[in-house]
Amino acid sequence: MSEIPATGPDPAPAATEPAAAELGPPGDSAGPRRSRAWLTTGVLIQAVTQGSSAVVTILAIFLALVVGGVLIVFSDPVVTRAWSSLFVDPGYTFGQTWDSVSFAYSQMFEGAILNPSTVSAAIHGGSIAAIFYPLSSTCAQATPLILTGLSVAVAFRCGLFNIGAAGQWVGGAVVATWLGFGVSLPPFIHVVVCVAGGFVGGAVIGWFVGLLKAKTGAHEVIVTIMLNYVMYDLLSYLLSHPAMLQQPGQTNEIAPFVDNDANLAHVGGPPPQVGIGFLIAVAAAIACAWLLTRTTTGFQFRTVGASPSAARTAGINVERSWTLVMLLAGGLAGLSAAAIVLGTNTQLTYNSYGTYGSDGITVALLGRAKPIGVIWAGLLFGALHVGGTYVEAATLGNVPADIVQVLEGLIVLFVAAPALIRAVFRLRSTSGTGMEAVAKGWNG
Amino acid sequence: MERVTTLAAAVRAAPLSTERRHVAAVTFAALGLINILVFGMLAHHGDAGFALSESGLGMRIPIISVPAAPACYVLGAICLGLGVVRETVPVGVRGKRIAIAVVLLCFLLALLCWADAGAIPLNVIIIMQGTWVASIPLILGALSGCLCERSGVINIAIEGQLLFGAFSAAIVASAFGGVWVGLIAGSLTGGLVGLMLAVFAITFLMDQIILGVVLNVLALGMTDYFFDRLMSTNPNYNTGNTFAILKIPGLAEIPVIGPIFFDSNVFLYITYAAIIVIQIALFSSRWGLRVRAVGEHPTAADTVGIPVLWTRYRNVILGGLVAGIGGAFLTVGSVGSFSPDMSSGFGYIALAALIFGRWTPLGALAASLLFGFCLELALVLPTVNPALPAPIMNMAPYVATIIAVAGLVGKVRAPKADGQPYIKS
Repeated sequence: MSEIPATGPDPAPAATEPAAAELGPPGDSAGPRRSRAWLTTGVLIQAVTQGSSAVVTILAIFLALVVGGVLIVFSDPVVTRAWSSLFVDPGYTFGQTWDSVSFAYSQMFEGAILNPSTVSAAIHGGSIAAIFYPLSSTCAQATPLILTGLSVAVAFRCGLFNIGAAGQWVGGAVVATWLGFGVSLPPFIHVVVCVAGGFVGGAVIGWFVGLLKAKTGAHEVIVTIMLNYVMYDLLSYLLSHPAMLQQPGQTNEIAPFVDNDANLAHVGGPPPQVGIGFLIAVAAAIACAWLLTRTTTGFQFRTVGASPSAARTAGINVERSWTLVMLLAGGLAGLSAAAIVLGTNTQLTYNSYGTYGSDGITVALLGRAKPIGVIWAGLLFGALHVGGTYVEAATLGNVPADIVQVLEGLIVLFVAAPALIRAVFRLRSTSGTGMEAVAKGWNG
Repeated sequence: MERVTTLAAAVRAAPLSTERRHVAAVTFAALGLINILVFGMLAHHGDAGFALSESGLGMRIPIISVPAAPACYVLGAICLGLGVVRETVPVGVRGKRIAIAVVLLCFLLALLCWADAGAIPLNVIIIMQGTWVASIPLILGALSGCLCERSGVINIAIEGQLLFGAFSAAIVASAFGGVWVGLIAGSLTGGLVGLMLAVFAITFLMDQIILGVVLNVLALGMTDYFFDRLMSTNPNYNTGNTFAILKIPGLAEIPVIGPIFFDSNVFLYITYAAIIVIQIALFSSRWGLRVRAVGEHPTAADTVGIPVLWTRYRNVILGGLVAGIGGAFLTVGSVGSFSPDMSSGFGYIALAALIFGRWTPLGALAASLLFGFCLELALVLPTVNPALPAPIMNMAPYVATIIAVAGLVGKVRAPKADGQPYIKS
């Protein structure tokens, strides 16, 4: 845990993390010393050579991009032909390979973050707003990922593995949609009620999991997986009956559009805009960070996560913490649904839940189960999603968007295995492996 | 000695609240009441029929017809009776498990009677054959988890092993035109995922839950990608070869039992062998004792000279090979051709079966068969009785699992060192 200062924006200084710190490996005493002077050059060099967590993360992303490059090379017919002349004209082979990979990644960057041509257009009198268009798409894609990522992350901190963000998402979506089209309320109040309804809908599902674990000891991994399927089927049932949620006159599994009053508005004017949903996600992350590090409840969560038996001995009501943290996790997944149903799509269909639940797990892991880390991880994955779609269009399908999923997996794999990164880049091994406090075995 | 065991039992039972002790009995009674009040009262008038021969041709066994409502009442009464027995008479561990099995069986039979009342007879043989089709990947996946977790490595990557196994079995079987090479390729690919799991978990000390999830994401991404690149553009790589049915001579002729247990392709017989071998190896051999020692207390195992890391490597790779066969079943064993994300959560259900079955091969077998049976019912019942809403029927197996896990099984105990990397000091 000594790497915390190096990650910069994390609000949790090592000193306030007794529960997490005790899970770190022994002999981990570099923390306070490094945190006092982490901006000096010497410390920066030390961070690079010894592989602090930020450096490891950057190297992990780099390594994932290199491995992803191999897949891009494999997909491009021009390059695969060029490799057949490897021994005849190696310069041509490597030139084609480099062109293909760099084109794909630069397109990804232009689609998700910044397109230089819009900048030069703006200088010559074009639209300044167009510069920010890629970033706004990234934020829009990141919104549900951040919220489901938070859902998984807070449960992790209490020692629970929430695979059920998808089911909780559906719970939130059903309630938010029904409130969105079935109820008439004054403009501002309507959207607030809908968002709150999304939170409650997800929270009920999460609370049920926590309650079962607390009362009967049923393992949350089984219960959340099973509840996911139950909720998918429930959604299908509700969306196939006009008396329930189906849009009248439809044969598809699709709900009516939510009222205009219930739409989550955008801020920032025409096309490049930031949805209120994104602001809700960031606010939720900050609130979670505050809850986990600055309140008694958060301290209890983390203590239970570190060791339930120790927490019980210390007089903490372990069962109450489990129930409460699952309620919160479910609510966050429900908020993610509200952001999609009320903001991005304004309509619920059977496929709306997408892969938000499983993406939430990877986002939470990449964010090291810390709320602020989850924001960055969500933004990175949002950017990859946007860039993946963009690069597929730009290369006429030669580089499929599926490659993004491989990149995401590789990034988390490498981030979670700092020992591998240190071995590959020949960094000196130091204390701390970075992620050991995130998840634990079945015996929790 | 006896006092020590009693003491140990008391210590283990201590955290359970007093209300917890009654949960199982109450659940038995609740299921019995559902049998009577829901299935019995709401059943249509008429008989529920169960056909026990393979097809209409050559019906050697008459169709069994039972009046639906009274049958539900009787099944409900059995559950209620067992609930009372469970509450009043102290029964051993074996008795408890048998009681759970009987109550679940009664519940499922009552469900069948209710669904089939007044409709065309259900063909039990076809349902049981379908149950095997759904169960084989679950059983092999759960056995993979059993091998890994008994040696102390959590395997959430079952899903990825199944998916990758299915993919490479399909592509190799298509490219080389033989199903056996497909089976071997599927198994080896599963083993490869197992090797990755082992390297990252054991050598690089990576968190095993994260690792499993990541491997699943990678398997999904890679198979989607290669499907897109290779199979969808070139159907020759996805021709859909499947194994032929292999009837066991003699045994397959036995009425009822023959068609269910001895009339399938080679995967079913591999599954039998895997269950028997792994159960005996883990619980009745020196090899298994060492594996379990490594999973429970690696330091002690190391002290007496058992190579902890090697044991874990070997078991994780073995587990991958077994799950890979389960993956190969999804393609060359049943439908033939590969489609993206075709394992569709089977790996996670296998994980649930492993936990439900308390990390034993036989327990995992029972749990997998229960899930497989429910999955098959969800497919069959809406075709028999169109009045039943399909989504609600699909929900049933998962609701049943939640009831079973929460009400009947409760807290389970994993191998003690499961998920903890071993660092020799």
